[in-house]
Amino acid sequence: MLWMIARRFIGMILVMFIVATMVFFLTRLAPGDPASLMLGDQATADDIDRLRKVYGLDRPIVVQYVLWLGEVARGNLGQSIYLQRSVLQAIFERTEPTFFLALFSISIASAIGIPSGIVSAVWRGSRFDQVVSGGAMLAASIPSFWLGLLFIQFFAVHLRWLPVAGYGAPDATMIERLFHLILPASVLGIVNSALITRFTRASMLDVLSEDHVRTARAKGLSEVRVVLRHGLGNALVPIITVVGLTAALLVGGAIVTETVFGLPGIGNLVVSAVLRRDYPVIQGALIVIAGIYVLINFAIDVLYTIVDPRVTT
Amino acid sequence: MTVALGAVSEPLLAIRDLAVTFRTEEGDTTPVRGVDLDVLEGRTTALVGESGSGKSVTSLAVMGLLPRPAGRIAAGSILFRTAAGQRLDLVGLPATEMRRLRGNAIAMIFQEPMTSLNPVLTVGEQIAEQVRLHMGLPRAAAFARAVEMLGFVEIPDARRRATDYPHQMSGGMRQRVMIALAMSCNPRLLIADEPTTALDVTIQAQILALIDRLRRDHGMSVLFITHNLGVVAEIADHVTVMYAGEVVESAPVRDLFHRPRHPYTNALIDCLPARAVRAPDGRKIVRSIPGTVASAFAAPGCKFAPRCVHAADGCATRHPDLGSGVEGHAIRCLRWRDL
Amino acid sequence: MHLSTSRAFLKRLFRRRLVLFAAIVLVVIVLAAIFAPLIAPYSPTSMRVTQRLRPPSAMNWLGTDEFGRDVLTRVMYGGRASLGIGMAVVFASMAAGTTLGLLSGYYRALDGIIMRFVDAMMSLPDILLAIFLLAVLGQSAANVVLALAIVYTPRVTRVVRGSTLVVRELPFVEAARTIGVSTRRILTVHILLNVASPIMVQATFIFAYAVLAEAGLSFLGTGAPPEVPTWGTMIASGQQYTDRAVWLVLFPGIAIVLSALCLQLLGDGLRDMLDPKLRKAL
Repeated sequence: MLWMIARRFIGMILVMFIVATMVFFLTRLAPGDPASLMLGDQATADDIDRLRKVYGLDRPIVVQYVLWLGEVARGNLGQSIYLQRSVLQAIFERTEPTFFLALFSISIASAIGIPSGIVSAVWRGSRFDQVVSGGAMLAASIPSFWLGLLFIQFFAVHLRWLPVAGYGAPDATMIERLFHLILPASVLGIVNSALITRFTRASMLDVLSEDHVRTARAKGLSEVRVVLRHGLGNALVPIITVVGLTAALLVGGAIVTETVFGLPGIGNLVVSAVLRRDYPVIQGALIVIAGIYVLINFAIDVLYTIVDPRVTT
Repeated sequence: MTVALGAVSEPLLAIRDLAVTFRTEEGDTTPVRGVDLDVLEGRTTALVGESGSGKSVTSLAVMGLLPRPAGRIAAGSILFRTAAGQRLDLVGLPATEMRRLRGNAIAMIFQEPMTSLNPVLTVGEQIAEQVRLHMGLPRAAAFARAVEMLGFVEIPDARRRATDYPHQMSGGMRQRVMIALAMSCNPRLLIADEPTTALDVTIQAQILALIDRLRRDHGMSVLFITHNLGVVAEIADHVTVMYAGEVVESAPVRDLFHRPRHPYTNALIDCLPARAVRAPDGRKIVRSIPGTVASAFAAPGCKFAPRCVHAADGCATRHPDLGSGVEGHAIRCLRWRDL
Repeated sequence: MHLSTSRAFLKRLFRRRLVLFAAIVLVVIVLAAIFAPLIAPYSPTSMRVTQRLRPPSAMNWLGTDEFGRDVLTRVMYGGRASLGIGMAVVFASMAAGTTLGLLSGYYRALDGIIMRFVDAMMSLPDILLAIFLLAVLGQSAANVVLALAIVYTPRVTRVVRGSTLVVRELPFVEAARTIGVSTRRILTVHILLNVASPIMVQATFIFAYAVLAEAGLSFLGTGAPPEVPTWGTMIASGQQYTDRAVWLVLFPGIAIVLSALCLQLLGDGLRDMLDPKLRKAL
């Protein structure tokens, strides 16, 4: 079992290596240069060259790559060209809204998706099942920014129940911040519930058709117990996988929603870094975002091997 | 139509005129129609037929385990005599009452021991769960009983084995666990759906002996479903033969083998390896029945007629009823008297 | 393979009313987009300053925007860009993904490295990866297609690889190999034909994802340049008038939702009809 975990760990490192390499070289392929962008139209060639030296951009690209890789391995993501702080710090400052938004959203998505998926699997083919499946497909077809705009118009402007945008004043309390997150989290929760619903339903259908569920029924157990203990109990790991990975993708993927609601999150950080060609931030943020996904993937894999008695005994 | 099946006392389980329909994309099918069957107290009734005969569906109907929503009991009654002497019709019984009987008064074991147990729960816990439910015992006592049951089915080192997971056991041992599970609440009727088909021949004999011993020790009745006449000869007291969803012959086991009256039963017996014929060149030829089971959709006349060597003109147009030919020996054939 | 019995296929299609309905609606949308120059009531660029921000009426079924342009016309024209880009993304990602998936599934040597790249690309959220690629490539409609095709190719690769792995173990492939059929022929004819069903199903879903992604990119301003009117740019420019003229945001969004929904319903229906064994959430 340890061997399996080690193998997956190595795979993880390999994937991160590929991500880092791709990100590094593609970033530099983008036209435009951070130094000249920063200095503007009035800069002379000398000014630009001097600035490039400061950021180590004058050295051959392969050298830059190797040096950077070495730094990343040590946990140092470098300094932002624009933001006068380390990349890690820049990311860290943006973590809170994104993290809480992701957490809030995935909670809503799971609260909608998992029970719907279970019930529609149990009542397969019924009117409820059809409505739920149709609803899930509808939810997956809605652009989050569009729903966001409509929600803002209705709940914030028209009904005035909730704040329009932003994450609250710098000194706002946690409660106030959560208030600001209700609308965006609802939007993301609804849109992301679709995948969770469909996956839960499919998983449950698979498990409920297995022989041991028939045995459980033959024991005279109540249908609720059969579905939950013998059905869901065996279907849980794939469901958790989907939930975990969806949550991971919300970290950088909520960019559009963050924009609509004016939330200072990681997605925004990356987009502005891309526009300004702030190489260290682009590279660092993308690595962190990919790293979160890969790490969660790995953690779920490990969890699976630990929890399944067929592997541990 | 009530048929006297030679019952000395009132049967524990009496199925009358049972019909089961399944709703499919292509229309409704009736895999079981007009089935009559008795299981006597303390005896083993074998339900014999090939795949598609409807024998498994019948057993699932008795347990109330027909796959929903496609399957349902269309007609008939399933009368079960409870310990209190009550005669319950399982058809139309409210779900909560059916659940109280399931695993308790009526238990079932299935064909595939490899997949019939929950892989993530220990064997002991799976038995204990049922004991807690039906016998109301607290956790520790229920688990103790689970260990006790594992001992009854001759699993060595039962206490340690109770904490094992199914994948740590062989097929034969898993089937013993299934039997232990089924017996754990002292059922009055055990339905065994081809319990030895998926096992090695040597293990088969052990499992059969185990089931028979438990039956005698506990005064239990057994409904044994199989396609293997060899097994029937070994353990059954009474045999009911099904073909294409209908009962075609029903008799005490000795009568059936001594004087089989339905052409299908005859043909089945002829297919036994013991009845293999020696060809002129010295090879042994095991016989088989040509053709395949008719589809479950209605066709006029006797269902076996297309494959019957004795079929006459009337057989394809007139559907025979199940008549009580000779004392205790029921038969569904137009021409049985002539054969 | 059920494709040979196209009559049975059509029969099953007609039996599923919802899928049929979705197919019809989709066809209507696509035709409206294609024939927009012929059937649209107005020109998409003609501005009537006196008719600014009018709600839906008999003259303008979906209302007018801040320049007096007819919204219905612009939605129809917007469909040409949005759906056109979506379609192009489907073709490109299908071509690339199928090739990579076949190679990956058939040649174990390539499998490891290809799948690592797939994993790497799928570890980044779609939109973010698209924005990043567009920064590298430059903003144009063609580059949006290229960027999104790159984003979705890994998904297709995975599906095709999965099917290839299954199909290549089937006896008839082994048989073909033993009688000397060339590898290329095995891959293209035997395996490709058998993975055609999951590929087609995947295509409809990618179409839906592409339309949604393109809208998001346009909304952020990182997609096609604003001269190319797509549903996303319409929502972006209508954003500031949401309180006064919600129809500017509402109708392009409904167009997106309807297109994506019908595509997904169609994909689901296709999956059921072509091979009921595939009934898992892909």
